[in-house]
Amino acid sequence: MDLAHSAADEAFRAEARAWLRAHVPVDPLPSLETEEGFAAHRAWEAELAVDRWSVVNWPAAYGGRDATLVRWLLFEEEYYAAGAPGRVNQNGVSLLAPTLFDHGTEEQRARVLPPMATGEVVWAQAWSEPEAGSDLASLRSRATRVAGGWLLSGQKTWSSRAAFADRAFGLFRSDPGAPKPHQGLTYLMFDLRASGVTVRPIARLDGRPAIAELFLDEVFVPDEDVIGEPGQGWRIAMSTAGNERGLMLRSPGRFLASADRLHRLWQDRGSPESARNSVADALIGARAYQLFTFAAASRFLDGESIGPESSLNKVFWSEYDIALHETALDLLGAEGELADTEWAERYVFSLAGPIYAGTNEIQRDIIAERLLGLPKGRR
Amino acid sequence: MRFLLDPEQRAFGDSLNAMLAVADTPSVIRDWSRGEHARGRALWSRVAEAGVFALAVPEAYEGMGPRPVELAVAFIELGRHAVPGPLVETVAAAVLLADLPDPGPAKRLLPALATGEAMATLAWKAPYALDGDVAGTRLAVTSQGLHLSPGHGPVRPSLDAARRLTPLEPGGELLGPAPARALAYARLTTAAQALGVGQALLDKTVAHVLRRTQFGVSIGSFQAVKHRLADVRIGLEFARPLLFGAALTMAPADVAAAKVTACEAAYAAARTALQLHGAIGYTAEYDLSLWLTKARALRTAWGDPDACRADVLGAPTLSGDRRW
Repeated sequence: MDLAHSAADEAFRAEARAWLRAHVPVDPLPSLETEEGFAAHRAWEAELAVDRWSVVNWPAAYGGRDATLVRWLLFEEEYYAAGAPGRVNQNGVSLLAPTLFDHGTEEQRARVLPPMATGEVVWAQAWSEPEAGSDLASLRSRATRVAGGWLLSGQKTWSSRAAFADRAFGLFRSDPGAPKPHQGLTYLMFDLRASGVTVRPIARLDGRPAIAELFLDEVFVPDEDVIGEPGQGWRIAMSTAGNERGLMLRSPGRFLASADRLHRLWQDRGSPESARNSVADALIGARAYQLFTFAAASRFLDGESIGPESSLNKVFWSEYDIALHETALDLLGAEGELADTEWAERYVFSLAGPIYAGTNEIQRDIIAERLLGLPKGRR
Repeated sequence: MRFLLDPEQRAFGDSLNAMLAVADTPSVIRDWSRGEHARGRALWSRVAEAGVFALAVPEAYEGMGPRPVELAVAFIELGRHAVPGPLVETVAAAVLLADLPDPGPAKRLLPALATGEAMATLAWKAPYALDGDVAGTRLAVTSQGLHLSPGHGPVRPSLDAARRLTPLEPGGELLGPAPARALAYARLTTAAQALGVGQALLDKTVAHVLRRTQFGVSIGSFQAVKHRLADVRIGLEFARPLLFGAALTMAPADVAAAKVTACEAAYAAARTALQLHGAIGYTAEYDLSLWLTKARALRTAWGDPDACRADVLGAPTLSGDRRW
């Protein structure tokens, strides 16, 4: 049992820190959820990519550095400690790319991954539908076979980043006669600017269009944009849901930096007694999440799969993130309600955490049924 | 970086667990609570034979310590089976005695602690010491330093009947200074004990809700029940890495973070266990009570939540100095 990183890993960390110190913008970029901010964040991804810092854990062939899971964790610690911008292509990098690595073709990887690494193509996810949220397998958007590809029709919603993104990926019902809801689904990628696509941005709580509804009317998708076998979409989507993605969706580095920022805010405000416990718990929680992740990464490197344990992780960070930002707004007092502060934007962002990527209710069901062995019951 | 227990460390925990699982600890605890120490002493000897106390005693005094990671492994199992006695106090006393500039007291007292022939108790600027009536070595830390207390006062009952609280008589031989290192060992082992208590409470409650049927189905199929237990699991799962991280660094802030988190997770487990057991869990005669009350007592033993959080806030920042 050992928490010390190897000299080579520490050298990697030092290289990342030096690069970030020289390149991270001094003034925060405008909000990612505005047209201007989206463009600025896209440009930042390109700057990262020039020196191969945008997707460090990817193979060099696609713009990465072949970094191990541990080096990725160290990079993330440095990235957020440096106050670097939010990642506009998180959907693509943490959801689509792992699926392409596991189930895509070499042609798809060569075509899709490099422009994802540079931010030239920014991806949105298209999972949920108006009648398919937690019960995702009940989705109804269709993919109909035509010569050379598929026609997509239906409605997707809560599609994060879709207001300004270029392309999207999601599941579509390709065999309406399949006996079970999670059968007969196909995983496809499509262009948000293709003919037949209507994007209606949806303002989130602070009015910014962070999400969108997608109306699809016979949108043609060529065969080359189907991932894996048609009809196998559910298995493909779920196979990358439980493994390292559970570790990579939200890195500990982000929360370590947020906890430090909160600690400084508390000190700047005269270390009020009222917030003492909450600030201490933010520091403790960030450390706990970091160490939990190190343990999971160690098991992963031993060849174990992570599986349903990623549900523990998701409930923890999403509720932690809200508590941290609530404390910050309380500390700001009357200024806590101002909408144009970084704290306010981060707070609004945190509120979505327990809802997306599988609601925390679904995650608790998974913990109870798959980790504790309790019986399935009516939801 | 490899943040996992080694196979030998895991095997050590498994063997302690196996030994304690067949030791009928509930009846040992009930004897102990009445001041009948014979079976508790016998169990103590077996714990010592397994090498637990030697982990706190340096090799120079016939031990093999200090080994905080192994101590944490052992104390999880001691907590899981609610083993009674001044376990934490004996570890902390061993560290204190080994740290004295004068090796005399250590030579005199430590070998018997390592072998389990003697138990130690310790009051650290506190009104009570645990099990002063059975501990052969009674230590008190005051503003002057470490004393060998001449005797103990009457037993006061704890909410956890297995914890027999005794005031120590003031004065006695002044052995030397009392560095804070021993406090970190006391907190670490208390945190580990709490984590074991919490895991036992979770396991017992999962078994209960699977067994208990109402409305024709197992109550464990109800979402309200499942979600409470899921939260207990989350609390314990995130306390565990803090415990082992603290065992590796032994930095006071890390240990304090582990202590408050493990104790709060165990206490939350106790509240959920009581609620989901219903009225039977509220009775002293049902063995669950032995764990429920311990979870409450450990929360304030060796640093209440406030004191632990204060130590976390006093430490350097998380990412700023790269310590964390």
